Amino acid sequence: MSKLIYLVPLLPFLGFLINGLGRKILSKSSIAFIGNATILLSFIISVVLFFDVKATGGKVFTAFTFINAEAFKIDFAFQLDQLSSLFLLIITGIGFLIHLYSVAYMKDEEPQHYARYFSYLNLFVFSMLLLVMGANYVIMYIGWEGVALCSYLLIGFWFKNNLYNYAANKAFVMNRIGDLGFLLAIFWLLLKVGTVSYNEVFTEATLAKLTSTDATIITLLLFVGAIGKSAQIPLYTWLPDAMAGPTPVSALIHAATMVTAGIYMIARSNILYNLSETSQHIIAIIGLATAFFSATIAIKQNDIKKVLAYSTVSQLGYMFLGLGVGAYTGAVFHVMTHAFFKALLFLGAGSVIFALHHEQDIRNMGGLRKKMPITNITFLLACIAIAGIPPFSGFFSKDEILAAAFAKNPIYWIVGAATSVLTAFYMFRLYATTFLGKYRGTPEQESHIHESPKIMTIPLVILAFFSVIAGFFGIPKVLGGGHQLQQYLSPVLTTEKSFHIEHSTEYMLMGATTVLALLAILFAVNKFSKKPELDEATGLGKTLANKWYIDELYDTIIVKPVLSLGSFLKNIIEKSGIDGIVNNVGTFVQYAARQLRLVQNGQVANYIMIMVLAIVVFVLLWFYDSSLLRLVGKLFY
Amino acid sequence: MPVQYYIYLALILFSIGVIGVLTRRNAIIVFMCIELMLNATNLLLVAFSQMHQNIAYAANKASSAGIEGQLFVFFIMVVAAAEVSVGLAIIVMLYRNTRSVDINFLNRLKN
Repeated sequence: MSKLIYLVPLLPFLGFLINGLGRKILSKSSIAFIGNATILLSFIISVVLFFDVKATGGKVFTAFTFINAEAFKIDFAFQLDQLSSLFLLIITGIGFLIHLYSVAYMKDEEPQHYARYFSYLNLFVFSMLLLVMGANYVIMYIGWEGVALCSYLLIGFWFKNNLYNYAANKAFVMNRIGDLGFLLAIFWLLLKVGTVSYNEVFTEATLAKLTSTDATIITLLLFVGAIGKSAQIPLYTWLPDAMAGPTPVSALIHAATMVTAGIYMIARSNILYNLSETSQHIIAIIGLATAFFSATIAIKQNDIKKVLAYSTVSQLGYMFLGLGVGAYTGAVFHVMTHAFFKALLFLGAGSVIFALHHEQDIRNMGGLRKKMPITNITFLLACIAIAGIPPFSGFFSKDEILAAAFAKNPIYWIVGAATSVLTAFYMFRLYATTFLGKYRGTPEQESHIHESPKIMTIPLVILAFFSVIAGFFGIPKVLGGGHQLQQYLSPVLTTEKSFHIEHSTEYMLMGATTVLALLAILFAVNKFSKKPELDEATGLGKTLANKWYIDELYDTIIVKPVLSLGSFLKNIIEKSGIDGIVNNVGTFVQYAARQLRLVQNGQVANYIMIMVLAIVVFVLLWFYDSSLLRLVGKLFY
Repeated sequence: MPVQYYIYLALILFSIGVIGVLTRRNAIIVFMCIELMLNATNLLLVAFSQMHQNIAYAANKASSAGIEGQLFVFFIMVVAAAEVSVGLAIIVMLYRNTRSVDINFLNRLKN
């Protein structure tokens, strides 16, 4: 039974190899079959493993010794425990639904590119599984780099459009900045405690070797990695641009799984983070700032995927807030619920884009409610879930984070609640503009709109089901639930440092956020269903629509100076310096050869003349200084 | 007679030979100048050989040291005679082909 664990990552890898190598031979249907079947099998095994873990607890499976240095030894090992088995379910489960959805979404691609698409997706799932299953930071790092690569490949999937390639480059470069932090954290850990395996690091004896400064440095460096991967301030700008990829990719990578890798890493290292108050404060503040900041941007975006992208950044900010205030279960819970409703939102958006023939501007949509009933209903359910209306899933996870934030510092709660109001507002602005009101295209276009095929709507329905009920796994005690998720995760995640809020206070907080969110929804639906925002924004709205000009700021203070440094090095140092030396050596030799060639003019008298002169010179040398002659002699022998 | 006089004479002969080779274009004259240089060398060999012999004889009446120099002169004469026969043959062929004995004509060989 336990050996099955190796199959979980191996199957997607096999799918990657078959589809990748056979992309010119296989037919589209076999490509789709291989791509889907491998993930489905992985998912089934994950379910089996999940119940196995639930019954018997976590285990470490060592495949072989990966690195064996004198000072330390790193195994290629998988850790199957409560946290990783939960992530396995999310990755393979949602991954499978998105694979299924892609079968129809990508059907217009040529077989070769179709195979390329599925092989990249499978490779991504493989890397993501490595990331969460690794039993030490090095294996996690391998998966970490793997997902960055796949993200790059899939954002730039339509590589004929150069803008998409730039977006892919941007994502990759920004991820690399974060990765450096992660790598340094691993080095620091090896230096200080000599091991990177979770089970060895998180023991009392090992932790005692770390001073609080070390703990702060390691946790902050790990957090830098998480900032890059999970798109937090200041490295978040790649995520909205990553929407250049096909929509199912955005759903899988840039909403449900890869971007939550940072959350997973910090939740996994929760014992380390408990050692450092400073790191926790920094994480909470950055998470909160990101949540609020990107929510404000989302208000004014008109690209359906951009709204969702900023919303993702904002929700990730929530999760970091949860991690920062010690609500590790809350953060993981939010990862889970967010994976459902955000994947659903992206797939719903994909369904709309598919029906409208790659139209993404919500100003050109409207009134899709009747044309696309299933997409409409599922999208609406997801919007309610993300807005945090009980009893939908988003409410429970968000509320858990907010309650913990309130216990830590009421200001956190105020900003967090404001963000959740903004979330409700922009999500329903999106919903109302897209699905309510009247269609704003030509009647001819309107007649072409149709509901997406079954293979796309079935994943929507399944995800919608879980978006609604996923919250029930974590009903807090105050609402009379047992919080099953917390119980399940308790062996891996330290329980939140006990925070005391009166039940009455907690009811009040829940009520306040819910009522505010409802008001925001009503306001948004009223405002945008009849009169959508079609004009260009002005004033503050314009600043928001331009994303606070952050991209321009980065461009001015980082990209341009680096580029001009590059062109300086290229044009001045490289061309006149290094190339200059090389070229001048060549030119000099050529010149010297041209001049020396004149000596060989075929006049015998000349040759003899030179010979005689040389003899005379040598004789004179011999007369005056025989040592010089010896030196000359040495040159020739 | 001191050996210096022989050396001076040989130097003068050799220099005339060198200058002749360098400055003249007539192949026969160049050839004669080469002969002149060879003979200057011969003269030196004979002169030094004689000097060597005189000194050795003064030390030991039975010594025959220094005789090799004079032997070499004969070798050189033989080689020079061979060289002259080949060289003159070349010059004759040169003249037949070009109707001239100007050595600058020889640079046509370079291509």
